Order: sequence, then C-alpha cells, then structure tokens
Amino acid sequence: MIRGRYRSGPSRRGKALLCFTAMIGLFAVCGPSAADPADATKIVVKEFMFAPTPLTIKAGSTVTWTNMDDEPHTAVSDSGLFKSGGMDTNESFSFKFDKPGTYHYTCSIHPRMVGTIIVQ
Amino acid sequence: MSDDSLLSRRNALKCMAYGGAGTLFALSGGVLAPLDLAMAAGDKQGTAKLGKPLFVQISDTHIGFNKDANPDVNGTLTQTIDIVNGMTEQPALIIHTGDITHLSKAAEFDTAQQLFSRLRTTEMHTVPGEHDTTDPTVTEYFNRFGKASDNKGYYSFDHSGVHFIALINVLQFKPGGLGTLGPDQLAWVAADLKGRSSSTPIVVFAHMPLWTIYEPWGWGTGDADQLMSQLRRFGSVTVLNGHIHQIVQKVEGNMTFHTARSTSYPQPVAGVGSGPGPLKVPSDQLASMLGITSISVVKHPSSLALKDTALA
Repeated sequence: MIRGRYRSGPSRRGKALLCFTAMIGLFAVCGPSAADPADATKIVVKEFMFAPTPLTIKAGSTVTWTNMDDEPHTAVSDSGLFKSGGMDTNESFSFKFDKPGTYHYTCSIHPRMVGTIIVQ
Repeated sequence: MSDDSLLSRRNALKCMAYGGAGTLFALSGGVLAPLDLAMAAGDKQGTAKLGKPLFVQISDTHIGFNKDANPDVNGTLTQTIDIVNGMTEQPALIIHTGDITHLSKAAEFDTAQQLFSRLRTTEMHTVPGEHDTTDPTVTEYFNRFGKASDNKGYYSFDHSGVHFIALINVLQFKPGGLGTLGPDQLAWVAADLKGRSSSTPIVVFAHMPLWTIYEPWGWGTGDADQLMSQLRRFGSVTVLNGHIHQIVQKVEGNMTFHTARSTSYPQPVAGVGSGPGPLKVPSDQLASMLGITSISVVKHPSSLALKDTALA
C-alpha cells in the first residue's frame, strides 16, 4: 500500500530536516575558502598580474604570494615595509600585516605590475 | 662615408633580416656599421677591413634559468664565449649589459664568473639588470662587480679614445612605470661630460632600453630624455642595452640606439602575449635568436673627429 510505505519511511518533516542538515554539511565543505582567513590571503602572480588586487584582509593576517609564471617576479612594498626576493616558478613569499592601512606594492622586475592590500 | 662601409651596412641589414649567431658593429666615423657575426667569422677579409674590434657586448645571460625556453643557459653562454674566442682579432673589452643571473643568487653569480673566466679577453665591464638585484639586500651583484662604480652602479672609463659611460636604471623603479636613472646619476653624467670635446666618440650602456620601445611592458627609461639632451652635442653616440632579448635599433641624428640579443632565451616581440617572459621556440631555431654584439673602431679614434664632420 502506497500510503503505508510513506508511513514506514521518514516523515515529511524528518526528510526536510535531513535535507537542511545536508545543506549545512555542504556549507561546511565549501565554506572555508570564503570564510577562513588563511585561504583568503593568497595572491596568485600569473600572466604578469597580481590577483586578487586590491585584497582586503584583517590586521594580523599573513598574505602569501605565489608565482605561477615561467618568469620570476617580486613583491616589493612602495613604502619599504616588505620586499620578497625573486620568486621563481611555484615559489612563494609571505608577509604578516599587523597594522591597518593601505599598502601598495610592485614587482621590481616588471614595475608595470602593481597591487594593493587593504588591512582593516 | 666610404663605399666599403656602405657595403658593410647593406650586408649587415641583409644578415639582420635573416638572423644569425650575433651582430658585429663597427664604429666607422661615428656611425655604426653592423655586420652579422657568423658571416664575419667566415669572411676574414671582410672583418680585417673593420680593424681591431673594440669590444663585444654580451647580455642577458640569465645564469640559473632552467625552463623549457632554454634548459641549458650555461651551454649557450659557453657557445657564445667560443664565438668570441674564435674571432680573428680579439676585442679589447667585453661589456655585459646585465641580467648576468636569473635570480640574483650567489651560486648563479659564481657559475657566471666561472664561465666568463674562459674569455680570452679579460677586461670586462658590467651593469646590473633587474634580475641581478632582486636579493633583499642587493649585495650579490655589488660584492662582485661593484668596485668599478664604488657600489653606485654608474661609472665611466676611456679606451682607444672612446669614452664609455655605464649607467644603472634598474634600482629606482617607479611603480607602474619605466626604468629610472634618477637625479643623482643624471647630475653625475653632466659632470662627467663637462668640458669633454664633442668629437669624442661616446658609448653609453645600461641594462634597460634608454629609449621607449614599449611602455606597457616597461621597455624604456622614464627620465632618459634628460640624458639624451646631454649627449646630443656629441658627433658619435652609441647607446647600448639588453633587457628585451632581441635586436631593435634606431638612429636619431648622431645617436645610434641598439638593443642586444640575449645568450639565454628569446622574448616575444613587443605586445605579443601576456608579458615579456621566456619565449619557447623550436630547439633548432633557438641559436639563431641568441647572440652578441661586437663594436670596432675602423680607424684610430684620433681620426674620428674628421668623420664627425661628414655626419653634421
């Protein structure tokens, strides 16, 4: 009997709850890339560009640049606050931003490449 | 200008169109007469007419580079050195216009110096490229090559009556902009040139182009105009650089601008692709896109003043 089978399975309310729980789970899996500061402070250096720029972070966060080009790049603060060495392909550089402010930086090998970090 | 040098120039232009192992230049009465080095090597009579080569320009050796565009930059530099050592007349000087290394690492500089030590010509003058100054303290280049300039990066010297000026345009970069010489260096050039006879042949060399070739890729020097205004009174000015890994040339009055090939890897023509990175070409084409520049004095420089008159 069809109705009987429905009764023997989870109630409609129970199914809805299950579905909601599954959605929560989905958020739990996908969420960190958007919410976890550790992942939100990565800058990719690719095709002679810094991305994302500008990047907004919270004070105390550490930003990591990774070069994906065959050509080396650097990240040098205009104010002299930080200076990476030459980053070869797949090499990275990290810097911790303690104080709020707007920080401009440049690739000293290709000064046309510029980026900005906003620390809140 | 003699018919001989006109012929040489015609040959040179032909050879440049086809490409080759390198380019030979002659300072002939204040005008550069370029010849293809591969052709010159096989034509001893032709090179004899050019006299003793004054110097060979080597550029962008990028020791430490190991990507697909050339996995063996040590090998191509060795080939380059063999070509120079095989020249009928050895040049008096070697000039390296920067990017000796790829990543400013001590080991890269050490390897480069070891390879250079095979050159039969032992007097070498250098300027740094931006790849030579990426170490955080900018000391690796200057520890080895800083003596000539008292660690400033710019200096001058004379050889065979030619006045050489070495300039640095890779340190005071402007974000979003071109290479920079800076006011201190420009003031030093003015003092260096003051009282110098306009008939003195001048050779100026730096790493980045001292003329704007392609601004979106930073192929130029923002304050180079202030340098050119000081050089314009001279009868023979040769402006050399590397950086763009290909030959581009222009003549403006008595000034000849020339960019050298690299010995490591080619780069794309201005504006082709996302940026000035290594250009991968079929391996049988690579050697034809690498090379050097050689500059000769046709007559004793004391006679160059006479040639200047012809150019005016």
